[in-house]
Amino acid sequence: MDVILNQLFVGLSIASILLLVALGLTFTFGQMNVINMAHGEFIMAGAYTTYVLQTALGTGAIGLAFGLALPLAFLVAGTLGLILEFLVIRRLYGRPLDTLLVTWGVGLMLQQLARDLFGAQNVNVDAPDFLNGGITIAGADLSYPRLFIIGVVVLVIVAIAMYMGRTPAGRRMRAVMQNRPLASVSGVRTTRVDRTTFFIGSGLAGLAGVGITLLGPVGPTLGLAYLIDAFLVVIVGGLGQLRGAIIAALALGMANSFIEYNTSASIAKGGVFLLIVLFLQWRPQGIVVQQRRGLA
Amino acid sequence: MSSLAKWLPSSTPKPSAFLVRFALMAVTLLLIAPVVLSDFRLSLLAKFLCFAIIALGIGLAWGQGGMLVLGQGLFFGLGGYCMGFHMKIVDAGPGNLPDILTYSGQYDSLPWLWKPFASAWFAVPMAILLPMAIAALLGAAVFRQRIRGAYFAILSQALAGAFVIVIVGNLSLTGGTNGLTNFQSFFGLSVIDPADQRILYFIVAIVLLALFLLTRALVLGRYGRLLIAARDDEDRVRFLGYDPARVKLVAYVLAAGMAGLAGALFVPVVGIMAPALLGIVPSVEMVIWVALGGRTALAWAAAGAVMVNWARSSISEQFPSGWLYLQGLLFVTVILFLPKGVGGLVENARRFVGARVSLEGGRPRVEKRPAPAATSAPATKDGL
Repeated sequence: MDVILNQLFVGLSIASILLLVALGLTFTFGQMNVINMAHGEFIMAGAYTTYVLQTALGTGAIGLAFGLALPLAFLVAGTLGLILEFLVIRRLYGRPLDTLLVTWGVGLMLQQLARDLFGAQNVNVDAPDFLNGGITIAGADLSYPRLFIIGVVVLVIVAIAMYMGRTPAGRRMRAVMQNRPLASVSGVRTTRVDRTTFFIGSGLAGLAGVGITLLGPVGPTLGLAYLIDAFLVVIVGGLGQLRGAIIAALALGMANSFIEYNTSASIAKGGVFLLIVLFLQWRPQGIVVQQRRGLA
Repeated sequence: MSSLAKWLPSSTPKPSAFLVRFALMAVTLLLIAPVVLSDFRLSLLAKFLCFAIIALGIGLAWGQGGMLVLGQGLFFGLGGYCMGFHMKIVDAGPGNLPDILTYSGQYDSLPWLWKPFASAWFAVPMAILLPMAIAALLGAAVFRQRIRGAYFAILSQALAGAFVIVIVGNLSLTGGTNGLTNFQSFFGLSVIDPADQRILYFIVAIVLLALFLLTRALVLGRYGRLLIAARDDEDRVRFLGYDPARVKLVAYVLAAGMAGLAGALFVPVVGIMAPALLGIVPSVEMVIWVALGGRTALAWAAAGAVMVNWARSSISEQFPSGWLYLQGLLFVTVILFLPKGVGGLVENARRFVGARVSLEGGRPRVEKRPAPAATSAPATKDGL
């Protein structure tokens, strides 16, 4: 029983990190069909924002720095996303595969920039005092940093759901996603909506970066490791579907946790991939499918 | 001036023009390069030609077939490890364990995974067939369900990532992150001796040229037409009664086989096979070569691999960090402004000069025939 609880928590914790990274992607990839490989570097930017704030404010204010990092990382990564959208992606709508390659090039440059600014060595970000330690429930160890990440993810999901469902801006975003030409003739300024979508999606990557600093050291190639898995979450969940992404992240996290417990980390990775391919045989469009007319 | 026009190949190449160009390429690779280049540079070129073989496959699958294959490192690695296992066993001699297997102290005799690779008759075909088999499995599963575009790209990328984790995770069998190194001999040739390295260079160059001719023939034939049709409008191909999944599968499997063969040649040429050469990052780099060279023309795709790697080795020798910026910048610029890569640029320049020359000669050239396969527009409509 302890073991199962423990693995459930590990799975939940993996799922929350996957989801934190994937939430940004449901905006950029899911809604705009932009495969932003620089998303990983935006995560890195968020993580380094935390590091810079901590170094700037000194050891006395670690908690404060961490708290400030959350909104600031959102802004930093979001701004990077805006710049990227304005300079590059705007010119590539309708060429999804090319956005993948171009943003990869951008990612390479950002990685090198991070190396030149902060050194090739990983840096450490200290967790604030109130996040040290953990609690034990029914034999399962729940560490505070992981609980904190789960909390952040839940908050972000609620915020996104409110934004998309309850605000005029969110409604415009859904309209553009569902039918761009129709939204456009109805008076929605699609370019502006695109820019907002990209800002939010990239900002969420920054937020993910702050969360990831709690799990280990920060390096220039930090983002890539999480990015591919997050893309898989979006694919399995169904494009642009918040609900689908949540279910997919939970499923992949749990599968990873339980396969890894019974075998090894490398087999878990291969096993999860196999499960994904098999799943796509059954539901090629993902868990939650948006109804649309026309060919597949 | 009009005599000059005769020497400039027209924009729709005639077979003879192709023969001239191919002969020039073959002479450069087989006669000029071995004379002009030092031993060190020549073996470097041999390495780049191995990469060019991968690029040729990507040119087929991506350039002609529209499948963005982001996981070619997997197939390259499978080929490399098949050959590497065999060479390690031969180096150790009969009855002895290869050094890689002794480090962990777990094995007294060859483990089951290694055993069949003692035979060259198993190892060499496997280096090509194993990648093809895996590509066939993944491709059949994916294309049949009409998973395409970015979905396919990310799946193939994730597979390469998972493969690296498996290799690193099974340290005692595969040498882990360090991979396989310290090779001595390759079918009687010494891996270290410069004279034997030259022979290896010729083997790689001839394989590349032969594969290029074969792939070109395939692309110009009926199958090539179908492949391009499937790239540009998969649904229409289906309505015409063909199965686009099968058409695409063939190109993907062939590309995987080429990457496997390249891996098998890479090991004796460079003397190493390690996970760092085949993960997600190197796999994307392989696509970068093709994008920079020119995805829609096979020859330019292969040339891209040599150009990018040559530039990297000469620039990064002096400015290690400068190269990474330059690579990123080059990449962004080329995709944004030159979707056909350097090859497209050369093609345009040639057309421009050709038009000028023929105008001066009083005979404006009008393009009537549709552009040939190798220069048709890149896939813009790649249904997501």
